Amino acid sequence: MTSQPIAAEAAVRGTWSPAPGAASLRRMVAAQAAQETRQLLRNGEQLTLTLVIPLLLLAAFSLEPLISFGGGYTRIDFLTPGVIALAVMSTAFTSQAIATGFERRYGVLKRLGATPLSRAGLIAAKTATVIGVELLQAVIILLVALALGWSPDASPAAIVVVPLLVLLGTAAFSGFALLLAGTLRAEATLAAANLIYVVLLGIGGVVFPLTKFPAGARPLLELLPTGALSTGLRNVLANAIVFPARDVLTLAVWAVIGVALAVRFFRWE
Amino acid sequence: MVKRYGPAVAVDGLSLTARRGEVTAILGPNGAGKTTTVEVCEGYRSADAGTVRVLGLDPARDAARLKPRLGVMLQSGGIPPAVPAGEYLRTLSRFHVKPHDTAWLLDIVGLTSHAKIPYKRLSGGQQQRLSLAAAVLGRPELVFLDEPTAGMDPQARHATWDLVSALKNDGVSVILTTHFMEEAERLADHVVIIDHGRAVADGTPAHLTGSAGQLRFRAEAGLDIDSLLAALPAGSAAKESPAGHYLIEVPGGSVQPALLAAVTAWCADRGVLPSSVQIESRTLEDVFLELTGKELRA
Repeated sequence: MTSQPIAAEAAVRGTWSPAPGAASLRRMVAAQAAQETRQLLRNGEQLTLTLVIPLLLLAAFSLEPLISFGGGYTRIDFLTPGVIALAVMSTAFTSQAIATGFERRYGVLKRLGATPLSRAGLIAAKTATVIGVELLQAVIILLVALALGWSPDASPAAIVVVPLLVLLGTAAFSGFALLLAGTLRAEATLAAANLIYVVLLGIGGVVFPLTKFPAGARPLLELLPTGALSTGLRNVLANAIVFPARDVLTLAVWAVIGVALAVRFFRWE
Repeated sequence: MVKRYGPAVAVDGLSLTARRGEVTAILGPNGAGKTTTVEVCEGYRSADAGTVRVLGLDPARDAARLKPRLGVMLQSGGIPPAVPAGEYLRTLSRFHVKPHDTAWLLDIVGLTSHAKIPYKRLSGGQQQRLSLAAAVLGRPELVFLDEPTAGMDPQARHATWDLVSALKNDGVSVILTTHFMEEAERLADHVVIIDHGRAVADGTPAHLTGSAGQLRFRAEAGLDIDSLLAALPAGSAAKESPAGHYLIEVPGGSVQPALLAAVTAWCADRGVLPSSVQIESRTLEDVFLELTGKELRA
């Protein structure tokens, strides 16, 4: 019976002599981030959220004239920045909220609290996981966009400004993800994260231009995290604006609010 | 140590010492405060009053220095459901400087053939074994096991007991909570029984069960206990409970042949035939029920 424990070997003297010690923080964070990335990439629902839906939207809305975007953009030039914003939201917010909510429910966070990996180390691992997945999303989305005829109209500064917008958006979305996951029950987190995702997909300037909304609503929608990120990315990648100061500032404010609320209210168990 | 949850007092002035290199068992009914006590020692929550030192460190303040030296097995869960057993141990092993080989450890807990099976598809006992492996993976000095054999089949339970003995032989300190008196009797150098957040007994299993011997027999109900007592060696105690069931105890001593002879002679004088005569020593379970009562706990 290979499924039964083998005790004789375990009784050899000296086998269990204590030799404890924590590995370096970097090694622990890398191991945990690798684990969380594997979990995410193996999870069909998470992959649907982070890759399949953004790519489907990119392909469907660019090939079929479902809506007219206006503003003198080609469809793919309008869509690509919006879909990047959606991809960031899906990973940093929805996917992270759901995964962390269930980790909390299953006692995974609690058990990790008994390991040498500190809470700061765990947050670092989660951040590294999110950024790693975002890089993967970026490569795939940009390749598909280029194949669909995307030709960005951007200044060279975009090399710096796009990552800045994405990082600020990631910080904001992660803060709110952990706020949900750390305060609500896992099922409630799942429901809320999906609902917010769908709503922000609709009103966040992802595929539906904010210019199509009533004039009074538009400034408000541009102040939402998703609206600010999609507008900012579109300003840089389609309008050749060097530095979209208002969108950067909006995202920075959301990032401060989100992270502060998460720090204040997150519960590990 | 005192720990409250709102108005409820979970641990109410408990004081206990677990010595290094020993196996200490914490026993108690459900809700007695066992898990709370262990979780304060593990650094999960801080005590409302009192002083807690684990390996000389304050588990709340010195967590970063203490945690690498501890191995922890939670009462349940804690492992991501979709992660295969082997992969989980490999990730965890990278948190330690000198971990056990994870393939070897899987073999020790009998999960080699389940290395690629996600945690959620393991049986309850297999999940417990993986959790046990995770607790000893980093070569800890002190291991906390919260009801380690709950849900295990008898083979796994015995193997776990062997593992705990092996840990102790190699100088690892073990603190375990359990409902199984047999587990505590076999493994523990030191037993603490707690109830309502207080220690109600504390000592070696032999000390707690005492050498008190018992002699039980059955006979017709209503025999004269006083005359029975008068016939017995001094220091014996006797009672009828329930009717027709007689119990003679020798506090601080054991049942000697003379006691048995005295009982049977007394019965013969009355023309009574005792049946189901049993001579036994008190078990930890007797002590436990005596101290914590027989009513069911929520």
